[in-house]
Parts: sequence; C-alpha cells; structure tokens
Amino acid sequence: MFETTPIVVGLDIGTSKVCAVVGEINDSGGLNIVGVGQSKSRGVRKGEVVDATLAGEDIRNAIVEAEQMADTEIRSVYLGVTGGHIRGLNNRGFHPVVSNDREITDDDVQDVIKNARAINLPAENKVLHVIRQLFLVDGQDGIVNPVGMFGASVAVDVHVVHGNLNRLQNPIRAVKNLQLEIEDVVFSGLASSLALLNNHQKEMGSLVIDIGAGTTEFVVYSNGIIKHTGVIAVGGDHLSNDLAYGLKVPLSRAEQLKIDHGSALVEPEIKGHTITLTNDLGIPEKTINLEHLRRIMSLRLGEIFQLIAKELDQSDLLSHVREGVFLTGGCSRIPGIETLANQSFHLPVTLGKTNSISGLKSALDQPEFAAAIGLARFGSFEMRKRSQEKPGLQTTITQTFKNLFGRS
Amino acid sequence: MRESIPDLNSGSSSQPLTIKIIGVGGAGSNVVAEMQRSDLGAIPALILHTNSRILNLDTKAQKMVLGARRTHGLGTGGDPEIGRAATEDQEEPLRQFCQGADLIFIVAGLGGGTGTGAAPVVARVAKDSGALALAVVALPFDFEGNRRTKQAQVGLVNLKSAADAVICLPNQKLFHILDEQTPVTETFAASNDLMTQGVRGIWQMLTRTGLINVDFSYLRSVVHDRHTESMFASAEARGEARVREVLDRLVASPLLEEGRVLQESSDVLVSLVGGPDLTITEVNKIMEQLNRRVTEGQLILGAAIDPTQTGCIRLTIVASRPNRDLAGQSVPELSRLSPPPTLKGEIEAPFFDELTVNLSQSRFKAPPPATTPENTELLLQQLNGQSDRTRRHSSKRLKQEMFNLEIVSKGRFEKSEPTIHHGEDLDVPTYIRRGVVLN
Repeated sequence: MFETTPIVVGLDIGTSKVCAVVGEINDSGGLNIVGVGQSKSRGVRKGEVVDATLAGEDIRNAIVEAEQMADTEIRSVYLGVTGGHIRGLNNRGFHPVVSNDREITDDDVQDVIKNARAINLPAENKVLHVIRQLFLVDGQDGIVNPVGMFGASVAVDVHVVHGNLNRLQNPIRAVKNLQLEIEDVVFSGLASSLALLNNHQKEMGSLVIDIGAGTTEFVVYSNGIIKHTGVIAVGGDHLSNDLAYGLKVPLSRAEQLKIDHGSALVEPEIKGHTITLTNDLGIPEKTINLEHLRRIMSLRLGEIFQLIAKELDQSDLLSHVREGVFLTGGCSRIPGIETLANQSFHLPVTLGKTNSISGLKSALDQPEFAAAIGLARFGSFEMRKRSQEKPGLQTTITQTFKNLFGRS
Repeated sequence: MRESIPDLNSGSSSQPLTIKIIGVGGAGSNVVAEMQRSDLGAIPALILHTNSRILNLDTKAQKMVLGARRTHGLGTGGDPEIGRAATEDQEEPLRQFCQGADLIFIVAGLGGGTGTGAAPVVARVAKDSGALALAVVALPFDFEGNRRTKQAQVGLVNLKSAADAVICLPNQKLFHILDEQTPVTETFAASNDLMTQGVRGIWQMLTRTGLINVDFSYLRSVVHDRHTESMFASAEARGEARVREVLDRLVASPLLEEGRVLQESSDVLVSLVGGPDLTITEVNKIMEQLNRRVTEGQLILGAAIDPTQTGCIRLTIVASRPNRDLAGQSVPELSRLSPPPTLKGEIEAPFFDELTVNLSQSRFKAPPPATTPENTELLLQQLNGQSDRTRRHSSKRLKQEMFNLEIVSKGRFEKSEPTIHHGEDLDVPTYIRRGVVLN
C-alpha cells in the first residue's frame, strides 16, 4: 500500500454543462484544486435531469476529463443538486433542560437540534440540510454555544433546506449508474456560497446569487450564519429562449447572440443599432435590432433580481446584507449585470471570486465553476470533520499530533 | 337593573358572591361537566343543549334540553338559527336559574348550531337578570371547515354585543402548544382544559382570600358593558426559579401572540395564586415584569393564597383588547344583520341568509368586461402602462381570452414543468408578460 493524499471531488450537474472538480487536501487541511473536467450537458432542464442516458454520458465525460487532469481515480463525489422544488425555511426547536442543576449539556443540544429537525413536510419531501443558526436560552437570543450555560429551556433556530425526494433521486441515480459513490448531496446554491465567501463576508452579511443556465440559486448570510436560501427555476436558458422568441431566430442562434451581443443594460446610445446575421455563405440573411435584444435580456434579468429582492424583503433580510451582493454562475458574465443588480438591491454588487481556494488559479476563477469548487470545499470540510470524529487506525497518531500542534 | 351592586362596590361585601356557570352546546356541556368534577364543583351549573344526549352525561350539573318541540332533542344540525330560536322558547326557566347570581360564566364552543345560536341569548338573559355575563368561548379549528369558522365569527359578534365580556380561545392556536403527535381527542380535551383554567383563574381570584384582593367590583369595572374580546393565558410553575419560569411560560403562550396581546391591551387582569409560601417579593417581581410588558393599558392584580398549592405559582391573566379590530372589519354590518336578540320569536330575518346575499352581491360587483376585440385591445394598451401587479395579471388573462393569440410558444421549455411563481408563468418571456412592445 502506498500513501495517498485524500482527494475530494465536487460534481455539479448543471443545465448547460457538467463540471467535476478534483481537490487535494493539503497538510494544513486546506483545499488544493488539481483537476477540472467539464462536458456539455444535454440531459438537464432547469437544473433537473430529464434524460438519464444523456446525463450519464455527460457526467462520465466530465469525470474522465477530471481524472486525466488530476492523474487520479475518482471513486466518490460530492453531488450538487438544484431545481425549482428546493425550498429553504427557518425553524425553531425547543427543549426543556431536565437536569437538576439546569446546566445545559451536550445531550440537550443534540436533543434540541433533533426537535428543530422535526418539521412538517409532505411525505415525498426530503430534508437536504439542517444548518444550525443560533441558540436561545430562556428566550435570550444570539447564543452560539449554550453548553455549560444555565437555563430552564433551550431553543435553536435552524435553516432547513428540503426538496422533492423523487426529483432529487434522478441525478443521484445517474451518478450511481456510473459506479461512483456519493459522499453527500449538497444544495448547489450553498456550495457556490462556500466557494465565494470568506468568513469576513459571511459575518458582514452577504447575498450570493448564482445564475446558472437553468436555475438561479440565492443564499443570504448574516452574522456568519445562513439566513435564507432559495431557488428560482429561471436562468440563462430563459434568456436564450426569450431572444429566440422575440427576435424570431433559432435557439442556437439566439444563444450565440446572447454571448456576442448580450448586455444587461439598455444604453441610450445603442438606439437604432442593428446586427446583421449572415448564413453559412456569408450572405446577409436577417437584421436584428440591438436595442430589442438588450431590452429582452434586461427585462428578464431585472425580473430575476426583483423576484429575489421581493422574497428577501418579505423577511426583511436585505437590511442584514451589509457586505453586498455577489454574483456568480454563467450569467454573471453578461456585461452590465452588476449595474442592473445594483438597481434592484441598492447594495454594492460584485462578481464573486473563488479566491479562497488554491490551485489552478487562472483556470478556475470562472463563475461557472463556483458551484463545483464549492462542492469540493464542502467535501474538504466534511473530510476534516470526519477525521476528527473517528480517526482511522493508521492516522490516529499523526492526527492526534496534528490536532495538538497543527493549529496555526 | 339590580341595585345590590353598589354595596359590593364599597369593597366590604358581606353577603357571599354568587357565581353560576352555564354550559351551552356540546363543547360547553363537556367543559362544564369537566368543571363539576374538579374543584369548581361547588359552583351551581346548568347545561343546555338541543341534543338530548347530554342527559346521559354523568354530572351533577342541572340539565336542560332546548327546543324539544323544534328539534325533538336531535340537535340543530349546525344551524345557529335553530339554536337561537330554541333557546328563546325557553327563556323563562333560564331566567329562573340566573336569578340571584352576581356573575354568570357562559361556556360554549362557537361554530356549531347550539353554542353559536344559543350563547348570545343566554348571555342576554343572564345580563337582564342582573348578573355580570362573562362568556368563555372556543373558536373552531381551521380544519373544521369554512362554514363553522364563519358561523363562529358571526356568533362571536353577537355574543360580544350581548355579554359583558367574551374571553376567546382560538383553538387553532392550540397547535402551537401541542406537539404534532397529539391525538384528536386530547386536542379537544386540551381546549376544554384551557377554558376550565380560564374560569378557574377568575373564580379563584374572586373567592380566595388574597394578599392583594381583587373583588367582584373590580372585575365589574373592567368588563361591565365593555363588550370586549379578551384573551386569557395561564401558566403554572414550581421550584426555585418559579417566578421566572411562570413569566416565561406565560409570555411564550401562543394565545398571547408572543406578548403582543399584552402590549395592545387596555385592561389586564392578573390573577396570581400561590401556596402559603408565596412571598411579597415574588409578587413584586412578577408585577414588575408584567408592568413592563403592558405598555398601554391598566393592570389589575389579584394575589391569593391557596393552602393546597404549596410551592406552586399559578398565573392567569385576562387581557382585554380595545374594540379596535371591530372597527377595522365589516363587523358593524354583521351585527346589524343579526337581529339584536331581544324579541321573542323574531326569526323572520335569518341573518345568514342576509349574509350570503350580501356576499354574493359583492361578488357580482365586477362584471366581466365586454369582449369585443377592439375594446379589449384598447383596454390592454391602457393597462400596459401600469406596473400594478394585479392589473398585470388581469391584463394577462384578458390577453389570453381575447387575442386568441398565436399561443406564446415556450420554446425549449415546452415539455418541462412550468415555472409558476406567484401565479405567473416565468417561462413566458418577461417582455411579453409585461406587455413591452418591440416595434
């Protein structure tokens, strides 16, 4: 047996492309990206697998490419899931402290979290994540760790992300058919936010919007905890479709127009500008009004931001976002999108950078990869947690020493 | 009415206070039967129901079947009108029962036939005979259906105008107290139990010898002729930290809407019952905390000792909100619709009929627009300029009806599940939904 560095793989099955990211966990526990594989995605609509055969092929291509690049064999992946059926909600669990001296113990904390998990969901729904927010002891708010405190009752707020079980099963089955293990299933909006935000940004309050081809995911952090998550099943595909319909061009042409001439803003100076489309022989075929193109895109993108802003406004979350809005996903490449987002949110808007990762820097700092990188990051956290919980035989001693001295 | 009240107001009540309980309808009878088994058994009680099954109830309370001639003892079938008429037939024996009482509790569950229809009549009879009529009612669960909810609301309005005060227990809020696994029977039992607690809290406050006395005159001054809707909550705690716990539990009670009720109340009656070991510091602490929460209204405290309750504090509060809600809703209209239950046999104006007539009228207020294509096109153009969401909706609907459009193709989303968000199909291009014209 030879010693191998542990690897984690994030697999994001997107609507336009499948992306696999291979990360190595280095000695200090950080994540080092060593390989990326991607493939065009054909079997996915609005973030959900609709053609398992095609999706399977695309996943295999992406995995193979990533294996070659990282020069390793991928056995298991962290799988990102999304889709309009996924919902996030906040729940509160209560638990009376039973011990005589009213000191809150670890068991109480476990119990209260268990109570908070128990939410009333339709039978076909499955809970993806239960993310701990803050504890309350006897109604006193904002307690990070209640163990050792005294109180009559302890409560905890959690953020629960859940989705339709059957629809979650589709990508899982597609991956399992390729003889790949699934370590964990992660909501891709959560993954993107992990890739983009550092602790400071989470603390200050940030809104991450990942506009992919099929879906738009958004996550709100405030005071370092997740306050809200959501999915709108609208994305870049809708832009192309709108253009195809509005400009009366085929979908593939609309896609290309979006990439070449697209913008989120309708500047006054483009009035009257036209684009001439040519056929294969270079003969002019059709002219398109640039203003129309931009207006169709601008309205659609603006609507996405307004829907998000409205949803967040309802729970009064926008005021907690002090650091700003971070855009990622393929659509964040559209010129002028920051300005448009700024008009909807009235907050500073920046394009997210996956800068908290080391490795193939230039190749990776692209918005399309955010979710996959975030998945690998999630994996590295999990891995670290696991190794701390139950150290294997071989690693016990080294790990112990690392735990003792390795903290910097 | 009765002039023996003023000498109670002086505070030195020589003659003992007479309290009576009347349980109306199914829920009311059950609660009263329950009370009779508990420490409230000493209070004279009467059970009224249109269904003769109550005669089988094992209780020492008096029983009276209403409207035997009308319903043959088979109940009202959920029609409050029958419940009301049946009670009015038997006002005389009812009046006899009420005779001589200072305070009459009327316990009922609203939403059904008997409770909803009869309780206002009973309240009126009780009030006419000189007593203070306090109604303690449960409002139905949402799952009991729309009709019961509506009936209950109308019944509540009637009851409010008839009784001095109504203490409400919206059963729906019990869901926050009970955990999800609770069987149905226990859920109703919990509701009954809470109503019992409400009555007991007031009864204890009035009858126990107190550290701080609240006598009948106080209660009367708070509720007499106010016709308010009150909420109540009660909590109990024992042990070292009982003061803090009892307050925490009280404020956490969903019946108080996270303490909001306390803030908005104009009068809050606090009944504190403790064992012989209750100290004045504890009373002080509780009152300090409550005072802080009741920002607007006046607080009336009664603290009493119950020798059997050593080590325990029980706090019951009755908070009356000013009738502001009533002004907001179209309730005046409702109460006008319901005949003030004064005249015997005045049943020719069944208020539900009028109510439904009224509803259906309002439904017909917006006639469908004329649908000549030119007209609608014009209308559409006008509407397009407006950003109002509802307008947009209606314009969209219009568009579909009249344009007989080349159906907006959803292109590549044709076969996938539509993305419906707040009633809008987001797969349709935004510019089409917003009616932006590309020329």
